[in-house]
Amino acid sequence: MNLVFSLDWLPILGRGMLVTLELTTIAISIGFVIGILLAIGEVYGNRPIRVLSIAYTTLFRGTPLLVQIFIFYFGFPSIGIMISSFLAGVLALSLNSAAYQAEYFRGSIQAVKKDEVIAARALGMSKLQGILYVVIPQTLRMVIPSWSNQLISLLKFSSLVYMIRVEELMYRGKIIASLTFRSFEVFIIVAMMYLGVVIFFSNILRMVEKKVRIPGLGYKSAQ
Amino acid sequence: MDKLIIIVNGIPLLLEGLIVTLELGAAFIALGLALGLAIAFAQVYGNRFITIFCAGFVQVFLGIPAMVLLFLFYFGLGEFGFNISAFAASVIAMGLRSAAYQSQVFRGAIQSIRSGQITAVKALGMNLFQRIRYVVLPQALRYSFAPWSNEYAAQIKDTSLCYAIGVTEIMREGRYIVVQTFGNAMLIYIIIAFIYLGITYFGIWLLRYWEIKLRVPGFGIN
Amino acid sequence: MTIKDIILKVEDIHKTYNGLKVLRGISFELKRRETKVIIGPSGTGKSTLLRCINQLTLPDRGRVWLDRIEVTDAKTNINKVRSSIGFVFQNFNLITHLTALDNVRLGLMKVKGMKKQKATEVAMEELGRVGLADKAENYPAELSGGQQQRVSIARALAMNPKLILFDEPTSALDPELIGEVLEVMIELAKSGMTMLIVTHEIGFARAVADEIIFMEHGVIVEQGPPNQLFTAPKHKRTKEFLHKITQLYGEEEAKN
Ligand SMILES: Nc1ncnc2c1ncn2[C@@H]1O[C@H](COP(=O)(O)OP(=O)(O)OP(=O)(O)O)[C@@H](O)[C@H]1O
Ligand SMILES: [Mg+2]
Repeated sequence: MNLVFSLDWLPILGRGMLVTLELTTIAISIGFVIGILLAIGEVYGNRPIRVLSIAYTTLFRGTPLLVQIFIFYFGFPSIGIMISSFLAGVLALSLNSAAYQAEYFRGSIQAVKKDEVIAARALGMSKLQGILYVVIPQTLRMVIPSWSNQLISLLKFSSLVYMIRVEELMYRGKIIASLTFRSFEVFIIVAMMYLGVVIFFSNILRMVEKKVRIPGLGYKSAQ
Repeated sequence: MDKLIIIVNGIPLLLEGLIVTLELGAAFIALGLALGLAIAFAQVYGNRFITIFCAGFVQVFLGIPAMVLLFLFYFGLGEFGFNISAFAASVIAMGLRSAAYQSQVFRGAIQSIRSGQITAVKALGMNLFQRIRYVVLPQALRYSFAPWSNEYAAQIKDTSLCYAIGVTEIMREGRYIVVQTFGNAMLIYIIIAFIYLGITYFGIWLLRYWEIKLRVPGFGIN
Repeated sequence: MTIKDIILKVEDIHKTYNGLKVLRGISFELKRRETKVIIGPSGTGKSTLLRCINQLTLPDRGRVWLDRIEVTDAKTNINKVRSSIGFVFQNFNLITHLTALDNVRLGLMKVKGMKKQKATEVAMEELGRVGLADKAENYPAELSGGQQQRVSIARALAMNPKLILFDEPTSALDPELIGEVLEVMIELAKSGMTMLIVTHEIGFARAVADEIIFMEHGVIVEQGPPNQLFTAPKHKRTKEFLHKITQLYGEEEAKN
């Protein structure tokens, strides 16, 4: 095996990683806001709001991210709405992530004991205050493990937008590979870069989870 | 009217693509299931060396994006003269990846079986193989239904990634139609989206039905 | 009884759950500084009645007044009313992610808008009153059932309520933990807190109640001072119930 590897690749790939992280950060943040609203809508909303929230999560979770990316990148221009490739990528990733985050938030909201909300109401809190001071703080803590998985999954799936020419890590890897004919070496390095970032984030998030852990709050293990 | 003609003309192509998509999905899931179960049992019952090796395998395949794995197995291996088809490369890369995911599901399920039951059948004189076959496996598989159906859905959707290395699955056929008919991208991709939606939820529904049929009283499924 | 004014008036409360008539016309009054105890068989509607009083459950018919404010009036600010009625639940219902101190401060800060420092003072005082000042920083999961229930009493007390409703406050507790909660409640009764208590602890009821209400099938069967009700009940059903319950809880009664 002749592992030919050039240091010249690294700055190019490094910049790609920055774009990957940028995409991931934007998408997870937009997805967070939409996701939590969808979850609240699904649990507390009236019938039309509930139906809309469920329809949203069903559609986005039931179809491949790649199809969603293509709808934004090829579909919208075909009906006269022009979207840049970066925007198409960000939109697809954000809206997709929102659907998954909504599911996780909904699960955690429903894991908050109803009796505690009733106790808050008995103290004179409004429904909104009950949600704000009892449900949301517990939800945010309980959701951390599944939310972490979603963040990492999003980071990895952001590689799909190379297909619509967003110049993130995967795109740059592919360009270098096609110029140097060194697919194996290039993609091993790309793989290691993703792997490193994934392991780094997993550990950070696990630390956060430990730090905000509260005795008695939602670790129903499979046992 | 034009739109209707495009759809009607497109149906055979999309169906061909759908068949390839389903073949891919079935292959990923089958390979992942067999290997995933093996890894799960190895991780629970294996010695230190085996456990560490399995953990490493899982970490690598969970940590690297599917797209990168596809490129490594298709273009990367090609560099060493392994000229396998895009389909075969897809099955290997995505099947191994699915094994890593499925092993997590099964490992959790195996570990959730109460150890008292194992002790009880040990006391009856069952050997390891019998304990796995008659006590662990029937329960572990029941526990696995819900997380496993997520895995099924993920694998079906992830077949679309094989488009990137040139497998003519449904996305690729869709792309042909879009290119040939100059435009209509929105229409075609929405049709494809609904086809995926259909197979994803049909499978989930089927699994749910099966899970309910196999339900045993006192079992932690709801 | 020195002050005779009525603080709570409940009039003709009805409640039906999917065809099941749970409350069928309940009326009674509670005077300031008075302690009333409601007893009755399971499923009789005692919890439902308490929850109708602060509108956690909406009655189908009937009215409730607290200090001349009609609670059941749609125009009444129900959250304000609730903040002046304490409620102690059978399962404590402490907020899982908050420490004992934060549980007690919660209503003070978020409902009464009290500053943090003042709220802390009040909360610590109430925790001291129930003997748990040293557990202020513990989370509910780190407290015993008896301690959790005392925190929940402190949470109710901190709001400086006009009265406190107790729904079987000791029913979820291990026998050896019941005493510590009852002690706190006896102290409250002595200090002149107005209380309406649902309980099966007959000995305790006898000791603290100014009046006992016996409820069955959604109606008040009989009410009167504990001595009269326990020694010479007028109704056959009351006698039967008391007989059954003293058999069940006889030992506890002997302890008190
Ligand atoms: N939210 C509800 N929906 C339907 N039925 C209810 C509801 N709440 C209470 N009930 C029914 O109303 C009846 C009275 O319930 P309630 O809890 O008030 O009884 P209780 O006297 O407090 O009994 P216990 O001593 O067991 O606490 C029961 O038959 C119960 O099943
Ligand atoms: Mg009750």
